[in-house]
Amino acid sequence: MQFFYYLAAFLLINRLGKSLKYTPLALKWKTMISYGQWGVLIVGIMCSVYVGDWDWAKDILGSGVLLGIVLFIDREADFKHFKSYSFAHYPLIAVGFITGLTELIAEDFYEKHDEYFVVATVAAFIWIFGRWATSKKQQEEIRIVGARNAELDMLVAQRTQELTNQKNELEKTVSLLQTTQEQLIQSEKLASLGELTAGIAHEIQNPLNFVNNFSEVSVELLDEMEQELNDGNMEEVIAIANDIKQNLEKIRHHGQRADNIVKSMLQHSRASTGQKEPADINALADEYFRLSYHGLRAKDKSFNAELVTDFNATLPKVNVLQQDLGRVLLNLYNNAFYAVQQKQKTSGNDYKPMVKVSTAVVNKSLQIKVEDNGIGIPDAVKDKILQPFFTTKPTGEGTGLGLSLSYDIVAKGHGGKIDIDSKEGEYTKFTVILPIS
Amino acid sequence: MKILVVDDEADVQPLFLQRFRKEIRNHELEFDFALSGEAALDYLREKHSEVVLILSDINMPGMSGIDLLTRIRHDYNSPPPPVVMMITAYGDEENHRQAMQNGANDFLTKPLDFNLLKEKLKTLTDNGQDIGS
Repeated sequence: MQFFYYLAAFLLINRLGKSLKYTPLALKWKTMISYGQWGVLIVGIMCSVYVGDWDWAKDILGSGVLLGIVLFIDREADFKHFKSYSFAHYPLIAVGFITGLTELIAEDFYEKHDEYFVVATVAAFIWIFGRWATSKKQQEEIRIVGARNAELDMLVAQRTQELTNQKNELEKTVSLLQTTQEQLIQSEKLASLGELTAGIAHEIQNPLNFVNNFSEVSVELLDEMEQELNDGNMEEVIAIANDIKQNLEKIRHHGQRADNIVKSMLQHSRASTGQKEPADINALADEYFRLSYHGLRAKDKSFNAELVTDFNATLPKVNVLQQDLGRVLLNLYNNAFYAVQQKQKTSGNDYKPMVKVSTAVVNKSLQIKVEDNGIGIPDAVKDKILQPFFTTKPTGEGTGLGLSLSYDIVAKGHGGKIDIDSKEGEYTKFTVILPIS
Repeated sequence: MKILVVDDEADVQPLFLQRFRKEIRNHELEFDFALSGEAALDYLREKHSEVVLILSDINMPGMSGIDLLTRIRHDYNSPPPPVVMMITAYGDEENHRQAMQNGANDFLTKPLDFNLLKEKLKTLTDNGQDIGS
Protein backbone atom coordinates (compact mmCIF):
# COMPACT_ATOMS: atom_id res chain seq x y z
CA MET A 1 0.00 0.00 0.00
CA GLN A 2 2.72 2.44 0.99
CA PHE A 3 3.92 2.17 -2.59
CA PHE A 4 1.22 4.77 -3.58
CA TYR A 5 2.47 7.42 -1.12
CA TYR A 6 6.03 7.28 -2.37
CA LEU A 7 4.93 7.18 -5.99
CA ALA A 8 2.68 10.18 -5.35
CA ALA A 9 5.53 12.00 -3.58
CA PHE A 10 7.95 11.11 -6.39
CA LEU A 11 5.55 12.35 -9.07
CA LEU A 12 4.74 15.48 -7.06
CA ILE A 13 8.39 16.46 -6.88
CA ASN A 14 8.90 15.46 -10.51
CA ARG A 15 6.00 17.64 -11.67
CA LEU A 16 7.17 20.48 -9.47
CA GLY A 17 10.53 20.22 -11.21
CA LYS A 18 8.86 20.26 -14.63
CA SER A 19 6.72 23.24 -13.73
CA LEU A 20 9.87 25.17 -12.87
CA LYS A 21 11.54 24.36 -16.17
CA TYR A 22 12.46 27.39 -18.25
CA THR A 23 11.75 29.74 -15.32
CA PRO A 24 14.37 31.73 -13.39
CA LEU A 25 13.70 29.48 -10.39
CA ALA A 26 14.77 26.29 -12.15
CA LEU A 27 18.46 26.68 -11.30
CA LYS A 28 17.79 27.52 -7.66
CA TRP A 29 15.72 24.35 -7.03
CA LYS A 30 17.27 21.94 -9.51
CA THR A 31 19.55 20.07 -7.07
CA MET A 32 17.06 20.11 -4.26
CA ILE A 33 14.38 18.63 -6.49
CA SER A 34 16.49 15.81 -7.86
CA TYR A 35 17.71 14.94 -4.36
CA GLY A 36 14.16 15.02 -3.10
CA GLN A 37 12.97 12.82 -5.93
CA TRP A 38 15.50 10.12 -5.48
CA GLY A 39 15.45 10.52 -1.70
CA VAL A 40 11.77 9.71 -1.68
CA LEU A 41 12.30 6.59 -3.79
CA ILE A 42 15.16 5.38 -1.55
CA VAL A 43 13.15 6.02 1.63
CA GLY A 44 10.24 4.12 0.07
CA ILE A 45 12.40 1.11 -0.84
CA MET A 46 14.25 1.14 2.49
CA CYS A 47 10.96 1.32 4.29
CA SER A 48 9.45 -1.70 2.54
CA VAL A 49 12.65 -3.70 3.03
CA TYR A 50 13.49 -2.87 6.68
CA VAL A 51 10.23 -2.04 8.45
CA GLY A 52 9.08 -5.59 7.97
CA ASP A 53 5.58 -6.59 9.08
CA TRP A 54 4.52 -3.31 10.69
CA ASP A 55 2.16 -2.31 7.97
CA TRP A 56 0.59 0.49 10.02
CA ALA A 57 4.03 2.11 10.44
CA LYS A 58 4.65 1.88 6.67
CA ASP A 59 1.37 3.63 5.91
CA ILE A 60 1.89 6.38 8.47
CA LEU A 61 5.50 6.89 7.47
CA GLY A 62 4.59 7.03 3.73
CA SER A 63 1.77 9.53 4.22
CA GLY A 64 3.98 11.47 6.69
CA VAL A 65 6.69 11.86 4.03
CA LEU A 66 4.03 12.99 1.57
CA LEU A 67 2.58 15.43 4.13
CA GLY A 68 6.05 16.86 4.76
CA ILE A 69 6.59 17.53 1.08
CA VAL A 70 3.14 19.09 0.66
CA LEU A 71 3.67 21.34 3.70
CA PHE A 72 7.10 22.33 2.43
CA ILE A 73 5.63 23.32 -0.95
CA ASP A 74 2.87 25.21 0.87
CA ARG A 75 5.36 27.29 2.87
CA GLU A 76 7.72 28.05 -0.01
CA ALA A 77 6.77 31.28 -1.79
CA ASP A 78 8.52 30.12 -4.99
CA PHE A 79 5.96 27.33 -5.44
CA LYS A 80 2.88 29.47 -5.11
CA HIS A 81 1.68 28.46 -8.55
CA PHE A 82 1.87 24.81 -7.59
CA LYS A 83 -0.18 24.95 -4.36
CA SER A 84 -3.57 24.10 -5.82
CA TYR A 85 -2.11 20.91 -7.23
CA SER A 86 -0.18 19.91 -4.11
CA PHE A 87 -3.34 20.34 -1.99
CA ALA A 88 -4.85 17.50 -4.03
CA HIS A 89 -2.60 15.16 -2.05
CA TYR A 90 -4.39 15.73 1.30
CA PRO A 91 -7.05 13.05 0.68
CA LEU A 92 -4.32 10.46 0.09
CA ILE A 93 -2.45 11.63 3.18
CA ALA A 94 -5.64 11.41 5.25
CA VAL A 95 -6.44 7.95 3.90
CA GLY A 96 -2.85 6.88 4.73
CA PHE A 97 -3.08 8.07 8.34
CA ILE A 98 -6.51 6.57 8.85
CA THR A 99 -5.39 3.26 7.35
CA GLY A 100 -2.26 3.19 9.50
CA LEU A 101 -4.15 4.10 12.69
CA THR A 102 -6.91 1.58 12.00
CA GLU A 103 -4.31 -1.16 11.44
CA LEU A 104 -2.69 -0.23 14.71
CA ILE A 105 -5.79 0.20 16.89
CA ALA A 106 -8.39 -2.13 15.33
CA GLU A 107 -6.49 -4.77 13.48
CA ASP A 108 -9.49 -7.13 13.32
CA PHE A 109 -11.70 -4.48 11.82
CA TYR A 110 -9.01 -3.72 9.28
CA GLU A 111 -8.51 -7.37 8.36
CA LYS A 112 -12.25 -7.69 7.84
CA HIS A 113 -12.66 -4.62 5.66
CA ASP A 114 -9.21 -4.13 4.18
CA GLU A 115 -10.57 -4.01 0.59
CA TYR A 116 -12.34 -0.71 1.44
CA PHE A 117 -9.08 0.81 2.57
CA VAL A 118 -7.39 -0.31 -0.61
CA VAL A 119 -10.20 1.17 -2.68
CA ALA A 120 -10.00 4.44 -0.70
CA THR A 121 -6.24 4.64 -1.21
CA VAL A 122 -6.49 3.95 -4.93
CA ALA A 123 -9.37 6.45 -5.22
CA ALA A 124 -7.34 9.14 -3.39
CA PHE A 125 -4.41 8.38 -5.68
CA ILE A 126 -6.57 8.65 -8.80
CA TRP A 127 -8.04 11.86 -7.40
CA ILE A 128 -4.55 13.37 -7.53
CA PHE A 129 -4.28 12.52 -11.21
CA GLY A 130 -7.73 13.94 -11.85
CA ARG A 131 -6.67 17.14 -10.15
CA TRP A 132 -3.44 17.15 -12.08
CA ALA A 133 -5.29 16.89 -15.37
CA THR A 134 -7.75 19.68 -14.50
CA SER A 135 -5.06 21.87 -13.05
CA LYS A 136 -3.00 21.29 -16.18
CA LYS A 137 -6.02 22.34 -18.21
CA GLN A 138 -6.49 25.36 -15.96
CA GLN A 139 -2.82 26.19 -16.27
CA GLU A 140 -3.18 26.01 -20.01
CA GLU A 141 -6.22 28.27 -19.88
CA ILE A 142 -4.39 30.68 -17.63
CA ARG A 143 -1.46 30.60 -20.02
CA ILE A 144 -3.78 31.31 -22.98
CA VAL A 145 -5.53 34.08 -21.04
CA GLY A 146 -2.13 35.43 -20.07
CA ALA A 147 -1.03 35.39 -23.70
CA ARG A 148 -4.31 37.02 -24.69
CA ASN A 149 -3.73 39.67 -22.02
CA ALA A 150 -0.23 40.34 -23.23
CA GLU A 151 -1.57 40.60 -26.76
CA LEU A 152 -4.30 42.96 -25.57
CA ASP A 153 -1.79 45.02 -23.60
CA MET A 154 0.27 45.34 -26.74
CA LEU A 155 -2.79 46.29 -28.77
CA VAL A 156 -3.81 48.84 -26.13
CA ALA A 157 -0.32 50.30 -26.12
CA GLN A 158 -0.40 50.41 -29.91
CA ARG A 159 -3.82 52.07 -29.95
CA THR A 160 -2.76 54.51 -27.25
CA GLN A 161 0.18 55.47 -29.38
CA GLU A 162 -2.05 55.88 -32.41
CA LEU A 163 -4.51 57.96 -30.40
CA THR A 164 -1.72 60.13 -29.03
CA ASN A 165 -0.50 60.68 -32.56
CA GLN A 166 -4.01 61.48 -33.70
CA LYS A 167 -4.50 63.83 -30.78
CA ASN A 168 -1.29 65.65 -31.62
CA GLU A 169 -2.33 65.91 -35.22
CA LEU A 170 -5.79 67.15 -34.25
CA GLU A 171 -4.25 69.75 -31.98
CA LYS A 172 -2.15 70.92 -34.89
CA THR A 173 -5.25 71.03 -37.11
CA VAL A 174 -7.18 72.96 -34.49
CA SER A 175 -4.52 75.60 -34.18
CA LEU A 176 -4.31 75.75 -37.98
CA LEU A 177 -8.10 76.17 -38.10
CA GLN A 178 -7.95 78.90 -35.51
CA THR A 179 -5.42 80.76 -37.57
CA THR A 180 -7.53 80.24 -40.68
CA GLN A 181 -10.59 81.49 -38.83
CA GLU A 182 -8.76 84.64 -37.80
CA GLN A 183 -7.76 85.13 -41.41
CA LEU A 184 -11.32 84.48 -42.58
CA ILE A 185 -12.68 87.03 -40.16
CA GLN A 186 -10.13 89.48 -41.46
CA SER A 187 -10.97 88.68 -45.07
CA GLU A 188 -14.69 88.94 -44.29
CA LYS A 189 -13.94 92.44 -43.06
CA LEU A 190 -12.01 93.17 -46.22
CA ALA A 191 -14.70 91.62 -48.42
CA SER A 192 -17.37 93.85 -46.97
CA LEU A 193 -14.93 96.72 -47.37
CA GLY A 194 -14.54 95.79 -51.02
CA GLU A 195 -18.28 95.83 -51.48
CA LEU A 196 -18.25 99.20 -49.82
CA THR A 197 -15.61 100.71 -52.05
CA ALA A 198 -17.90 101.30 -55.00
CA GLY A 199 -20.53 102.80 -52.74
CA ILE A 200 -17.96 104.92 -51.02
CA ALA A 201 -16.60 106.15 -54.34
CA HIS A 202 -20.08 107.33 -55.26
CA GLU A 203 -20.69 108.79 -51.83
CA ILE A 204 -17.43 110.71 -51.91
CA GLN A 205 -17.87 111.75 -55.52
CA ASN A 206 -21.12 113.54 -54.76
CA PRO A 207 -19.85 115.90 -52.04
CA LEU A 208 -16.65 116.45 -54.03
CA ASN A 209 -18.74 117.49 -57.02
CA PHE A 210 -20.50 119.99 -54.82
CA VAL A 211 -17.24 121.31 -53.45
CA ASN A 212 -15.96 121.81 -57.00
CA ASN A 213 -19.20 123.21 -58.37
CA PHE A 214 -19.83 125.61 -55.52
CA SER A 215 -16.30 126.96 -55.57
CA GLU A 216 -16.48 127.44 -59.36
CA VAL A 217 -19.79 129.21 -59.16
CA SER A 218 -18.48 131.38 -56.33
CA VAL A 219 -15.62 132.57 -58.53
CA GLU A 220 -18.16 133.47 -61.18
CA LEU A 221 -20.27 135.24 -58.58
CA LEU A 222 -17.26 137.29 -57.46
CA ASP A 223 -16.73 138.43 -61.07
CA GLU A 224 -20.33 139.48 -61.20
CA MET A 225 -20.01 141.17 -57.85
CA GLU A 226 -17.08 143.21 -59.13
CA GLN A 227 -19.18 144.35 -62.06
CA GLU A 228 -22.12 145.26 -59.86
CA LEU A 229 -19.76 147.22 -57.55
CA ASN A 230 -18.50 149.18 -60.52
CA ASP A 231 -22.10 149.86 -61.49
CA GLY A 232 -22.83 150.92 -57.91
CA ASN A 233 -25.67 148.39 -57.69
CA MET A 234 -25.30 147.75 -53.95
CA GLU A 235 -28.49 145.72 -53.50
CA GLU A 236 -27.30 143.17 -56.02
CA VAL A 237 -23.82 143.17 -54.44
CA ILE A 238 -25.29 142.27 -51.06
CA ALA A 239 -27.43 139.51 -52.61
CA ILE A 240 -24.36 138.04 -54.33
CA ALA A 241 -22.33 138.30 -51.13
CA ASN A 242 -25.04 136.32 -49.34
CA ASP A 243 -24.96 133.67 -52.04
CA ILE A 244 -21.20 133.39 -51.80
CA LYS A 245 -21.40 133.07 -48.03
CA GLN A 246 -23.99 130.32 -48.41
CA ASN A 247 -21.82 128.59 -51.00
CA LEU A 248 -18.82 128.60 -48.71
CA GLU A 249 -20.95 127.05 -46.01
CA LYS A 250 -22.07 124.42 -48.46
CA ILE A 251 -18.48 123.73 -49.49
CA ARG A 252 -17.65 123.25 -45.85
CA HIS A 253 -20.69 121.04 -45.35
CA HIS A 254 -19.86 118.79 -48.28
CA GLY A 255 -16.19 118.71 -47.37
CA GLN A 256 -17.23 117.53 -43.94
CA ARG A 257 -19.47 114.93 -45.53
CA ALA A 258 -16.61 113.47 -47.57
CA ASP A 259 -14.45 113.62 -44.48
CA ASN A 260 -16.97 111.60 -42.47
CA ILE A 261 -17.22 108.99 -45.19
CA VAL A 262 -13.47 108.53 -45.35
CA LYS A 263 -13.32 108.35 -41.57
CA SER A 264 -16.03 105.74 -41.36
CA MET A 265 -14.30 103.73 -44.05
CA LEU A 266 -11.08 103.85 -42.08
CA GLN A 267 -12.93 102.93 -38.93
CA HIS A 268 -14.45 99.99 -40.69
CA SER A 269 -11.17 98.57 -41.87
CA ARG A 270 -9.37 99.17 -38.61
CA ALA A 271 -9.48 96.50 -35.95
CA SER A 272 -11.82 97.36 -33.14
CA THR A 273 -10.20 99.49 -30.44
CA GLY A 274 -12.68 98.22 -27.90
CA GLN A 275 -13.48 101.80 -26.95
CA LYS A 276 -17.17 102.57 -26.65
CA GLU A 277 -18.27 106.07 -27.49
CA PRO A 278 -21.63 107.80 -27.42
CA ALA A 279 -23.00 107.54 -30.95
CA ASP A 280 -25.84 109.00 -32.95
CA ILE A 281 -27.41 105.74 -34.02
CA ASN A 282 -29.68 107.42 -36.59
CA ALA A 283 -26.70 108.98 -38.38
CA LEU A 284 -24.80 105.69 -38.26
CA ALA A 285 -27.78 103.72 -39.57
CA ASP A 286 -28.39 106.23 -42.36
CA GLU A 287 -24.76 106.44 -43.45
CA TYR A 288 -24.34 102.67 -43.81
CA PHE A 289 -27.77 102.35 -45.43
CA ARG A 290 -26.68 104.55 -48.32
CA LEU A 291 -23.25 102.94 -48.54
CA SER A 292 -24.74 99.50 -48.78
CA TYR A 293 -27.25 100.52 -51.44
CA HIS A 294 -24.66 102.22 -53.59
CA GLY A 295 -22.29 99.30 -53.14
CA LEU A 296 -24.88 96.96 -54.59
CA ARG A 297 -25.87 99.39 -57.33
CA ALA A 298 -22.25 99.65 -58.39
CA LYS A 299 -22.29 95.93 -59.09
CA ASP A 300 -25.76 95.64 -60.55
CA LYS A 301 -26.94 98.85 -62.17
CA SER A 302 -30.29 97.46 -63.17
CA PHE A 303 -31.04 97.01 -59.49
CA ASN A 304 -33.29 99.52 -57.80
CA ALA A 305 -35.01 99.59 -54.47
CA GLU A 306 -37.08 101.98 -52.49
CA LEU A 307 -35.14 103.06 -49.41
CA VAL A 308 -37.39 103.94 -46.51
CA THR A 309 -36.10 105.44 -43.30
CA ASP A 310 -38.12 106.02 -40.15
CA PHE A 311 -35.77 107.41 -37.54
CA ASN A 312 -36.93 108.32 -34.06
CA ALA A 313 -35.66 111.89 -33.68
CA THR A 314 -35.57 111.70 -29.87
CA LEU A 315 -33.24 108.72 -29.81
CA PRO A 316 -30.72 109.03 -26.97
CA LYS A 317 -27.03 108.66 -27.69
CA VAL A 318 -25.83 105.19 -26.85
CA ASN A 319 -22.35 103.98 -25.97
CA VAL A 320 -21.33 101.64 -28.74
CA LEU A 321 -18.32 100.41 -30.67
CA GLN A 322 -19.18 102.49 -33.71
CA GLN A 323 -17.17 100.62 -36.31
CA ASP A 324 -18.42 97.26 -35.02
CA LEU A 325 -22.04 98.31 -34.98
CA GLY A 326 -21.51 99.82 -38.44
CA ARG A 327 -20.41 96.40 -39.66
CA VAL A 328 -23.49 94.79 -38.13
CA LEU A 329 -25.75 97.27 -39.90
CA LEU A 330 -23.85 96.91 -43.14
CA ASN A 331 -24.33 93.17 -42.97
CA LEU A 332 -28.03 93.45 -42.31
CA TYR A 333 -28.46 95.97 -45.13
CA ASN A 334 -26.40 93.91 -47.56
CA ASN A 335 -28.53 90.87 -46.74
CA ALA A 336 -31.74 92.86 -47.15
CA PHE A 337 -30.68 94.24 -50.52
CA TYR A 338 -29.55 90.78 -51.57
CA ALA A 339 -32.95 89.36 -50.59
CA VAL A 340 -34.95 91.91 -52.61
CA GLN A 341 -32.52 91.61 -55.51
CA GLN A 342 -33.04 87.84 -55.59
CA LYS A 343 -36.80 88.28 -55.49
CA GLN A 344 -36.66 90.88 -58.24
CA LYS A 345 -34.91 88.37 -60.49
CA THR A 346 -37.80 85.92 -60.27
CA SER A 347 -40.74 88.29 -59.92
CA GLY A 348 -42.44 90.32 -62.58
CA ASN A 349 -42.40 94.06 -63.03
CA ASP A 350 -45.10 94.50 -60.41
CA TYR A 351 -42.66 93.71 -57.64
CA LYS A 352 -41.35 96.85 -55.91
CA PRO A 353 -38.22 96.08 -53.89
CA MET A 354 -38.24 97.93 -50.57
CA VAL A 355 -35.75 98.07 -47.72
CA LYS A 356 -36.65 99.96 -44.58
CA VAL A 357 -34.64 100.94 -41.54
CA SER A 358 -36.25 102.33 -38.43
CA THR A 359 -35.13 103.18 -34.93
CA ALA A 360 -37.13 103.23 -31.72
CA VAL A 361 -36.84 103.09 -27.95
CA VAL A 362 -38.74 100.19 -26.41
CA ASN A 363 -38.54 99.20 -22.74
CA LYS A 364 -35.28 100.94 -21.96
CA SER A 365 -33.62 99.45 -24.99
CA LEU A 366 -32.81 100.84 -28.36
CA GLN A 367 -34.09 99.01 -31.40
CA ILE A 368 -32.78 99.21 -34.92
CA LYS A 369 -35.08 97.39 -37.30
CA VAL A 370 -34.02 96.45 -40.83
CA GLU A 371 -36.86 95.05 -42.92
CA ASP A 372 -37.17 94.03 -46.54
CA ASN A 373 -39.85 92.54 -48.76
CA GLY A 374 -37.44 90.08 -50.33
CA ILE A 375 -37.26 86.30 -50.57
CA GLY A 376 -37.48 85.72 -46.80
CA ILE A 377 -35.80 82.98 -44.80
CA PRO A 378 -37.09 79.39 -45.02
CA ASP A 379 -38.03 77.94 -41.62
CA ALA A 380 -35.53 75.12 -42.13
CA VAL A 381 -32.54 77.45 -42.01
CA LYS A 382 -33.83 80.03 -39.50
CA ASP A 383 -32.00 78.36 -36.62
CA LYS A 384 -28.78 78.09 -38.57
CA ILE A 385 -28.33 81.53 -40.01
CA LEU A 386 -26.43 82.81 -37.00
CA GLN A 387 -24.00 79.90 -37.13
CA PRO A 388 -20.51 80.62 -38.44
CA PHE A 389 -19.88 79.55 -42.04
CA PHE A 390 -23.56 79.00 -42.75
CA THR A 391 -24.55 80.62 -46.01
CA THR A 392 -27.26 80.16 -48.59
CA LYS A 393 -25.32 82.14 -51.14
CA PRO A 394 -23.45 80.38 -53.95
CA THR A 395 -19.82 79.50 -53.24
CA GLY A 396 -17.63 82.56 -53.38
CA GLU A 397 -20.44 85.03 -52.77
CA GLY A 398 -20.63 84.78 -49.01
CA THR A 399 -18.26 83.65 -46.28
CA GLY A 400 -21.11 82.70 -43.97
CA LEU A 401 -19.48 84.79 -41.29
CA GLY A 402 -21.44 88.03 -41.67
CA LEU A 403 -24.36 87.26 -39.40
CA SER A 404 -22.40 85.19 -36.93
CA LEU A 405 -19.92 88.03 -36.47
CA SER A 406 -22.83 90.47 -36.24
CA TYR A 407 -24.41 88.37 -33.54
CA ASP A 408 -21.13 88.24 -31.62
CA ILE A 409 -20.74 92.00 -31.86
CA VAL A 410 -24.27 92.67 -30.62
CA ALA A 411 -24.44 89.96 -27.95
CA LYS A 412 -20.88 89.81 -26.62
CA GLY A 413 -19.76 93.33 -27.45
CA HIS A 414 -22.90 95.21 -26.41
CA GLY A 415 -24.98 92.88 -24.24
CA GLY A 416 -27.81 93.08 -26.75
CA LYS A 417 -29.46 90.63 -29.10
CA ILE A 418 -30.70 90.18 -32.63
CA ASP A 419 -34.30 89.11 -33.26
CA ILE A 420 -35.25 87.50 -36.53
CA ASP A 421 -38.71 87.47 -38.00
CA SER A 422 -39.30 86.25 -41.51
CA LYS A 423 -41.81 84.66 -43.80
CA GLU A 424 -40.45 82.79 -46.78
CA GLY A 425 -41.17 84.61 -50.01
CA GLU A 426 -42.60 87.66 -48.25
CA TYR A 427 -40.43 89.53 -45.82
CA THR A 428 -37.54 89.51 -43.36
CA LYS A 429 -37.20 91.67 -40.27
CA PHE A 430 -33.97 91.85 -38.30
CA THR A 431 -34.15 93.78 -35.05
CA VAL A 432 -30.97 94.77 -33.25
CA ILE A 433 -31.76 95.41 -29.61
CA LEU A 434 -29.21 97.35 -27.56
CA PRO A 435 -29.59 98.14 -23.85
CA ILE A 436 -29.58 101.86 -23.00
CA SER A 437 -27.47 102.62 -19.95
CA MET B 1 -37.80 127.69 -71.40
CA LYS B 2 -38.77 125.66 -68.36
CA ILE B 3 -36.32 123.04 -67.10
CA LEU B 4 -37.10 120.36 -64.51
CA VAL B 5 -34.07 119.12 -62.60
CA VAL B 6 -34.48 115.73 -60.88
CA ASP B 7 -31.85 114.84 -58.26
CA ASP B 8 -32.05 113.42 -54.76
CA GLU B 9 -29.38 115.91 -53.61
CA ALA B 10 -31.13 119.12 -52.53
CA ASP B 11 -27.96 121.19 -52.97
CA VAL B 12 -28.09 120.97 -56.76
CA GLN B 13 -30.88 123.53 -56.54
CA PRO B 14 -28.86 126.59 -55.39
CA LEU B 15 -26.12 125.43 -57.73
CA PHE B 16 -28.35 125.60 -60.78
CA LEU B 17 -29.95 128.84 -59.60
CA GLN B 18 -26.57 130.52 -59.21
CA ARG B 19 -25.03 129.08 -62.35
CA PHE B 20 -27.93 130.28 -64.45
CA ARG B 21 -28.37 133.51 -62.51
CA LYS B 22 -28.21 135.76 -65.52
CA GLU B 23 -30.40 133.55 -67.68
CA ILE B 24 -33.02 133.36 -64.94
CA ARG B 25 -32.90 137.13 -64.40
CA ASN B 26 -33.31 137.69 -68.12
CA HIS B 27 -36.24 135.21 -68.13
CA GLU B 28 -34.48 133.06 -70.69
CA LEU B 29 -34.63 130.02 -68.44
CA GLU B 30 -36.86 128.89 -65.62
CA PHE B 31 -35.98 126.07 -63.21
CA ASP B 32 -38.09 123.68 -61.16
CA PHE B 33 -36.76 120.85 -59.02
CA ALA B 34 -37.83 117.40 -57.91
CA LEU B 35 -36.00 115.29 -55.30
CA SER B 36 -37.04 111.91 -56.70
CA GLY B 37 -38.38 110.20 -59.77
CA GLU B 38 -41.75 109.84 -58.07
CA ALA B 39 -41.86 113.58 -57.25
CA ALA B 40 -40.91 114.36 -60.86
CA LEU B 41 -43.85 112.31 -62.16
CA ASP B 42 -46.19 114.11 -59.73
CA TYR B 43 -44.88 117.41 -60.99
CA LEU B 44 -45.25 116.41 -64.65
CA ARG B 45 -48.83 115.28 -64.13
CA GLU B 46 -49.67 118.95 -63.51
CA LYS B 47 -47.24 120.82 -65.68
CA HIS B 48 -45.97 118.53 -68.42
CA SER B 49 -47.03 120.98 -71.10
CA GLU B 50 -44.83 123.74 -69.63
CA VAL B 51 -41.67 121.70 -69.28
CA VAL B 52 -39.37 121.66 -72.27
CA LEU B 53 -36.33 119.97 -70.79
CA ILE B 54 -35.89 117.41 -68.06
CA LEU B 55 -32.46 116.87 -66.52
CA SER B 56 -32.44 113.76 -64.40
CA ASP B 57 -29.92 111.98 -62.24
CA ILE B 58 -29.85 108.21 -62.84
CA ASN B 59 -28.65 106.95 -59.50
CA MET B 60 -31.41 107.78 -57.04
CA PRO B 61 -33.01 105.79 -54.26
CA GLY B 62 -36.44 104.48 -55.18
CA MET B 63 -37.33 105.12 -58.78
CA SER B 64 -34.17 105.42 -60.83
CA GLY B 65 -33.56 107.93 -63.59
CA ILE B 66 -33.92 105.20 -66.20
CA ASP B 67 -37.34 104.25 -64.79
CA LEU B 68 -38.38 107.88 -64.85
CA LEU B 69 -37.22 108.21 -68.44
CA THR B 70 -39.21 105.14 -69.46
CA ARG B 71 -42.33 106.49 -67.76
CA ILE B 72 -41.94 109.92 -69.40
CA ARG B 73 -41.51 108.37 -72.84
CA HIS B 74 -44.56 106.22 -72.22
CA ASP B 75 -46.88 108.79 -70.61
CA TYR B 76 -45.94 112.05 -72.32
CA ASN B 77 -45.28 111.10 -75.88
CA SER B 78 -47.59 113.61 -77.52
CA PRO B 79 -45.61 116.13 -79.61
CA PRO B 80 -43.58 117.96 -78.78
CA PRO B 81 -42.04 115.32 -76.47
CA PRO B 82 -39.93 116.82 -73.69
CA VAL B 83 -36.16 116.71 -74.14
CA VAL B 84 -34.64 114.43 -71.51
CA MET B 85 -30.97 114.53 -70.55
CA MET B 86 -29.64 111.96 -68.13
CA ILE B 87 -26.96 112.72 -65.54
CA THR B 88 -25.02 110.14 -63.61
CA ALA B 89 -21.92 109.79 -61.53
CA TYR B 90 -21.02 106.58 -63.23
CA GLY B 91 -20.19 107.75 -66.71
CA ASP B 92 -20.01 104.25 -68.07
CA GLU B 93 -21.20 102.53 -71.22
CA GLU B 94 -23.90 100.46 -69.55
CA ASN B 95 -25.81 103.48 -68.20
CA HIS B 96 -25.23 105.37 -71.41
CA ARG B 97 -26.58 102.50 -73.48
CA GLN B 98 -29.61 102.07 -71.24
CA ALA B 99 -30.37 105.79 -71.24
CA MET B 100 -30.11 106.00 -75.02
CA GLN B 101 -32.11 102.82 -75.52
CA ASN B 102 -34.90 104.23 -73.41
CA GLY B 103 -35.10 107.41 -75.44
CA ALA B 104 -32.81 109.89 -73.73
CA ASN B 105 -31.86 112.84 -75.91
CA ASP B 106 -28.50 113.36 -74.31
CA PHE B 107 -26.25 112.12 -71.59
CA LEU B 108 -24.20 114.14 -69.10
CA THR B 109 -21.73 112.98 -66.51
CA LYS B 110 -21.09 114.28 -63.03
CA PRO B 111 -19.43 116.54 -62.05
CA LEU B 112 -21.62 118.63 -64.33
CA ASP B 113 -19.77 120.76 -66.80
CA PHE B 114 -22.08 123.79 -66.71
CA ASN B 115 -20.40 125.45 -69.67
CA LEU B 116 -21.08 122.37 -71.76
CA LEU B 117 -24.64 122.29 -70.48
CA LYS B 118 -25.08 125.96 -71.36
CA GLU B 119 -23.89 125.26 -74.91
CA LYS B 120 -26.26 122.34 -75.23
CA LEU B 121 -29.10 124.50 -73.98
CA LYS B 122 -28.16 127.17 -76.44
CA THR B 123 -28.30 124.79 -79.42
CA LEU B 124 -31.56 123.49 -78.06
CA THR B 125 -33.15 126.96 -77.85
CA ASP B 126 -31.70 127.88 -81.27
CA ASN B 127 -33.13 124.69 -82.76
CA GLY B 128 -36.38 125.37 -80.95
CA GLN B 129 -36.49 128.81 -82.57
CA ASP B 130 -35.75 127.18 -85.91
CA ILE B 131 -38.67 124.86 -85.44
CA GLY B 132 -40.85 127.70 -84.22
CA SER B 133 -40.02 130.05 -87.11
